[in-house]
Amino acid sequence: MRRVLAAAFACLAFAGVARAVEPDEMLSNPVLEARARAIGRELRCLVCQNESIDDSNATLAHDLRIILRERLVAGDTNQQAIQYIVDRYGQFVLLKPPVEPATYALWFGPAFLLLLAGAGTVFYLRRHRPGAADGPRPLDAEEEGRVAELLREGER
Amino acid sequence: MTASMRRLLFVLPLFLFAVLTGYFWLALESGRDPHDLPSAMIDKPAPAFSLAGIDGAAGLSRRQLGGGVVIVNFFASWCIPCRLEHPLLMDLGKRLDVPVYGIAWQDKADDATEFLKQLGDPYKRVGLDESGRVGINFGVYGVPETYVVDKEGRIRLRHVGPLTEEDVTKELAPLVKELGRS
Repeated sequence: MRRVLAAAFACLAFAGVARAVEPDEMLSNPVLEARARAIGRELRCLVCQNESIDDSNATLAHDLRIILRERLVAGDTNQQAIQYIVDRYGQFVLLKPPVEPATYALWFGPAFLLLLAGAGTVFYLRRHRPGAADGPRPLDAEEEGRVAELLREGER
Repeated sequence: MTASMRRLLFVLPLFLFAVLTGYFWLALESGRDPHDLPSAMIDKPAPAFSLAGIDGAAGLSRRQLGGGVVIVNFFASWCIPCRLEHPLLMDLGKRLDVPVYGIAWQDKADDATEFLKQLGDPYKRVGLDESGRVGINFGVYGVPETYVVDKEGRIRLRHVGPLTEEDVTKELAPLVKELGRS
């Protein structure tokens, strides 16, 4: 039983590292390969669309991994290598969209909504705090006089 | 807060709901497939390439693109949807009066030859893109894909998936006509 559990744990623990990158695709230069991995995780596989090219087994993802490595070996910077693929497939290949006017709503929308909701909540709570503005109107002089009169009557 | 402002606050969620519903409804009605993405290559010059032919025929290269409107169709013998659009391709060149070129993407020469022997060869020229690199330079995701290239050699349309009669009459034919005139 313990052995089975250990095996199951090992499977789970290493599940995250399982990637589609094949040994024959890898570069012999570990620095370049590490860079290729870092970029590959950020590029979308166009066929499966919600996987990175590093995670996908699609042929196109395989080809893009190879091309990416070729660019790096040819001396491209990370940015140039990414641009090479963006030129062909558009910004959609970037799993992390760039911050630019067209994507402001995407990047700042949630924070803006949170601020708006927070402001609304503060506003609402202020108004409804017990004893605050919403409470009963204070008595004016005439009413105060009448209350005093009634109290005096009660005492008698 | 006045009564009318308060009423407005009550109506606001309903209003937002109506706007969202309208948006979703329109998106559903339009029949747009969110997986169809605009090509990054639109209005850019077609990439340079030079491909060998199959079955002893002349190949296809960038030189054949430009000069006049042409259609470039990416296909493969292993591709099932390609068989679906094939009958339409057979008389497409005659119908639109433009050359239709084929690129066999990630395919073997023998398989592509066999495919065209079985179903008929609709292409004026065929290039063999065994590695798929030319396709990637065009921005191909998968086969079939069809491109319209204008006189200046720029990519003007990318169609993903098998062509249908509707695609030809509503998309390809008007564009080819317009590009041919200008």
